[in-house]
Amino acid sequence: MYNYSEFDTAFLAERNAQFRAQVERRISGALTEDEFKPLRLMNGLYLQLHAYMLRVAIPYGTLNSAQMNVLADIADKWDKGYGHFTTRQNIQYNWPKLRDVPDMLDALASVGMHAIQTSGNTIRNVTADHFAGAAADEIADPRPVAELIRQWSTDHPEFQFLPRKFKVAVTGSENDRAVIRAHDIGLRIVEQNGERGFEVIVGGGLGRTPMIGKVLRSFLPQADLLPYLEAIVSVYNLLGRRDNKYKARIKITVHENGLDDIRARVEERFALIRPQFQGVDQQMLRKIEADFAAPAFKSAPLDSYTQAYGADPLFRSWADTNLSNHRADGYAIVSISIKAHGQTPGDATSDQMRVMADLAKTYGHDELRISHEQNVILPHVHRSDLPNVHAALRAAGLATANIGLISDIIACPGMDYCALATARSIPIAQDIATHFDALKLEHDIGPLKIKISGCINACGHHHVGHIGILGLDRAGVENYQITLGGDGAADAQIGERAGPGFAADEVIPAIERIVMAYLDLRSDRLETFLQTYRRLGLAPFKAALYPQAQVNAA
Amino acid sequence: MAKPFSAKVVTANDLLEGDVIYQTADGWTRDLAQAEVLTDEADADIRLIDASQQHSRVVGAYLADIANINGTPSPVHFREDFRATGPSNYRHGKQETQQDV
Ligand code: HEM
Ligand code: SF4
Repeated sequence: MYNYSEFDTAFLAERNAQFRAQVERRISGALTEDEFKPLRLMNGLYLQLHAYMLRVAIPYGTLNSAQMNVLADIADKWDKGYGHFTTRQNIQYNWPKLRDVPDMLDALASVGMHAIQTSGNTIRNVTADHFAGAAADEIADPRPVAELIRQWSTDHPEFQFLPRKFKVAVTGSENDRAVIRAHDIGLRIVEQNGERGFEVIVGGGLGRTPMIGKVLRSFLPQADLLPYLEAIVSVYNLLGRRDNKYKARIKITVHENGLDDIRARVEERFALIRPQFQGVDQQMLRKIEADFAAPAFKSAPLDSYTQAYGADPLFRSWADTNLSNHRADGYAIVSISIKAHGQTPGDATSDQMRVMADLAKTYGHDELRISHEQNVILPHVHRSDLPNVHAALRAAGLATANIGLISDIIACPGMDYCALATARSIPIAQDIATHFDALKLEHDIGPLKIKISGCINACGHHHVGHIGILGLDRAGVENYQITLGGDGAADAQIGERAGPGFAADEVIPAIERIVMAYLDLRSDRLETFLQTYRRLGLAPFKAALYPQAQVNAA
Repeated sequence: MAKPFSAKVVTANDLLEGDVIYQTADGWTRDLAQAEVLTDEADADIRLIDASQQHSRVVGAYLADIANINGTPSPVHFREDFRATGPSNYRHGKQETQQDV
């Protein structure tokens, strides 16, 4: 596995010692909160509604069993025995005490991890598909390119004071699992006439003004990547608005200037700087690619898998729902659902973390991933080992067969934890999952992504949920706005607002009306919710959602 | 005409524990019911300034509206209700140690 070395041991030790001293000075009163706040935020420490929160970085969502075990130990020792996996592919602890945080950071550093948050208006974290290096449908592992971009952009002198933060996502596959159209720049590895290159997408983003990224270049030869990115960022650096924080992201720059104008400027700039790139970047890429080399896949007979699949209905249901095709013969990608019905989406106990770590070590080439859908992935498991993996997951309450289904809900922490929230998200998610589990309709309904945010910052990606739910405060009461038809995948789309919002206790019946309408309207069992929605549009769903309005209008 | 002043408490987060605290006449409490109810605007402003200066004890002090029921404060807005209780997905936070009623 790639040994992610953004920060070496000595650097982390020094940085932690520094923060320990800062915490001491804060506790003694030598530092005021105004002075301390930026320091703690840089070290991943937030103050939420009921307690501090520590956000631990997991680059590319990739970690090994030793790291997962330390995450479990931290949960036991300094938190309440669990951690929360987020859509940012990291883990958050909801209950640390200020005095303990330096010890938590030291424990993280013992396995090369940290909570350092890139901050400021720079090129932020580069993210990649959580199935990277494993997916059968990928042209190439996107992580080496992501890592190349990260190394190139870190400390790039020209880009330390951009108008706003800047996020890049890379996928190596047609099936976008990295939501590249919701990033400032999205890159998709493509092949054209046998040559490898990128589709370059620009100007996506969620939050206050959601926008789907647009194709700036449909084919960019691989070797042109860094000069082209540099051209985009420097055009943005010049044109991006610095007068208004809410209008400063590149999505607004593209929107206000027009895609064609941006493209012309980028191409002009690109032609100018291309000669400065002499291929050093491509040598770097080769080296990084070697570091990300695939594990030594084994070959083994599949009898145990076939036998279990035929004989054990629970195993079969889980295999049908939670496995994805692997690029190596005989292998599968296992998605471990952290969405047991009625539980908090993304929360895993320390015991569950240890079980997942053990499984990765025993059966999974010691690799785990955190997906932005708040699940944990074992990217490389041979099918012959799946019955054992499934049995261990079942014993740990981790075998819920619901990946991609209605109860596999993304929910941000909302007002149960987050100080910025306008309403809660978690109980809505819990109730939807419990409700549809009780109806035993989940598998019949099929693929359906529900995403919930507790405020307009959209951490729960509600705009790209097939059903999106946004919690708001309407005159001192929690109120939920529903959007339909959003999609974060290849044909990304922002959901349409269905109409007036719903009180908390009206949300579940509202979702049920939408789902029942879908079951009624679909052409056959194979037509997914999203396909039906795209075929018929908002109207029939709106009619189902607001039956009273129909009556009144009649 | 000026809006009538609605009753308030001074609330903040504890520096070390991070949890929600409320100002009393002579210190701080973790229990909203024990908080000092402020019914006079000028008085409330002074109490807030006093709280905000306690750098080594509290973070982010502000005035929260409360309903003053016979001198016992209770939350008006749902956000303050959650702050006074804890999250709804686990019995963590204040409710962990509070008696069932
Ligand atoms: C609980 C503390 C949190 C706070 C205070 C917080 C705050 C914010 C804010 C202010 C933004 C908007 C940034 C901007 O556009 O300028 C944001 C964006 C975002 N947050 Fe959070 N967040 C929190 C937790 C989370 C969690 C738990 C997740 C994952 C489940 C998450 C995922 C994201 C993502 C993916 C975005 C980017 C959305 C976009 O495309 O614009 N956040 N967050
Ligand atoms: S969407 Fe809003 S409520 Fe949810 S975590 Fe982000 S900032 Fe908090």
